[in-house]
Amino acid sequence: MLRDDVIEYSLDGHHSEEAGKKIRTKIWKVTALLTAITLVEVLLGVYIKQGSGLWPFVKWTFIALTLLKAGYIVLIFMHLGDEKKSLKYIVLVPYFLFMLYLIFIALMEALAVGDAWATYGG
Amino acid sequence: MAGHATKEIDAATLWGGKVSPFSTSYGKLMMWFFLVSDALTFGGLLVAYGFVRHDAQDAWPIGEETFNSLPFLGHGYPLVYVALMTFILIVSSVTMVLAVEAGHRMDRKGVTKWMIATIIGGFFFVGSQAWEWYHFIHGSEFGKIELADGSQAVVSGHFGEIENFVVTEAGHHHKKGEVIKEDLMHTFQHAAVAGHIENGVIELHDGSKAKITKKNDEHLTLIVKKAGAKYKLNDRIKDSKAAKEYYGTLYSGTPNRVIYGANLEQNEYGPQQYGQFFFFITGFHGFHVFSGVMINIIILIGVILGTYHKRGHYEMVEKTGLYWHFVDLVWVFVFTFFYLV
Repeated sequence: MLRDDVIEYSLDGHHSEEAGKKIRTKIWKVTALLTAITLVEVLLGVYIKQGSGLWPFVKWTFIALTLLKAGYIVLIFMHLGDEKKSLKYIVLVPYFLFMLYLIFIALMEALAVGDAWATYGG
Repeated sequence: MAGHATKEIDAATLWGGKVSPFSTSYGKLMMWFFLVSDALTFGGLLVAYGFVRHDAQDAWPIGEETFNSLPFLGHGYPLVYVALMTFILIVSSVTMVLAVEAGHRMDRKGVTKWMIATIIGGFFFVGSQAWEWYHFIHGSEFGKIELADGSQAVVSGHFGEIENFVVTEAGHHHKKGEVIKEDLMHTFQHAAVAGHIENGVIELHDGSKAKITKKNDEHLTLIVKKAGAKYKLNDRIKDSKAAKEYYGTLYSGTPNRVIYGANLEQNEYGPQQYGQFFFFITGFHGFHVFSGVMINIIILIGVILGTYHKRGHYEMVEKTGLYWHFVDLVWVFVFTFFYLV
């Protein structure tokens, strides 16, 4: 019988008051970090305009910071970092492989289509 | 803490088999599978957005120019509002983790408290998004204008207030000499789109004509988004020249030269697809937030009734927590690719 509500392994992985304190400290630290990253992103967005010389650098900084934020959310908030390695990898690896492929193929195609419009009119 | 098997368990709890796959419960694993598939949907949408954007390159609107308003404070605050929305969602994600943590200590009061905080955060976010949509649909005071040479330009600057319309030619309703002071902006924009303004004289619904009294605009700049015979892409036309071009067209009496706000067919910010992607992606995300709030409310009721306490664990809170964090995760990407980059 498949039952969702049966107490088992991770489910009754209750922790004590002291362990809870440590976990909460960690949660607040991650919160401060995520907020700081968002603040940095906004300041960069406001002060460095698109098209300026620094823009390509800023753009990649944005993407790197986004991935960093995503990493903290998935690994700490969603506890994926505490799950078994096998679970971690069946979630992350197929997704990343597929998305990288999709991004590559779609953006390459978009540039080609853009060039075609620019060359042959429209 | 989620993790490795720590004690002997009977076969019934092991999904009816001999081992428990990934040392996790059936429900949690299925939640992860669902989240991966949902993440693929959002990934697909954002990649499609990236495709159209790379294809249209320079004409694409810039986040900090498009989203620069705050409630009650008006324009001139680039990105502040969306940053606030991001912060609200991050905080509600944090309260959710705290609810899960309280659940691990079997602290029912704690779970209730943090779940309520999470739900409030969720409502705040949905409300913020409603405001943002309203603003996006409503548009700016200037709109996007098609100039005399066929080029299209968006406008930045401070719109001089319209003070009144003085009726110069009577119609069905208004008498000559009457001073109209109500619903000015709305009437003005409608007339501008319909081509009912000529040389500073507006033709009202009832057929009367009125002279527009309007303060001067400040820092008026036209930014060309589509090249015409005279202006190139990304040309900036400033001050008196800008006023001459802008009002030359707006007051020319020709219809459909200006677009205010956005709908699914056209928008003042950029290419047509920009509005469609904005509505679809932020709308789809907003729908996720809304359903997340609803699920959280259902679980909160369970917590308050003591359902999970009797069960001996708060895993349901953990599972809805996964969904809620996922919603936050998606927003992090939407924020970057829609507003920042």
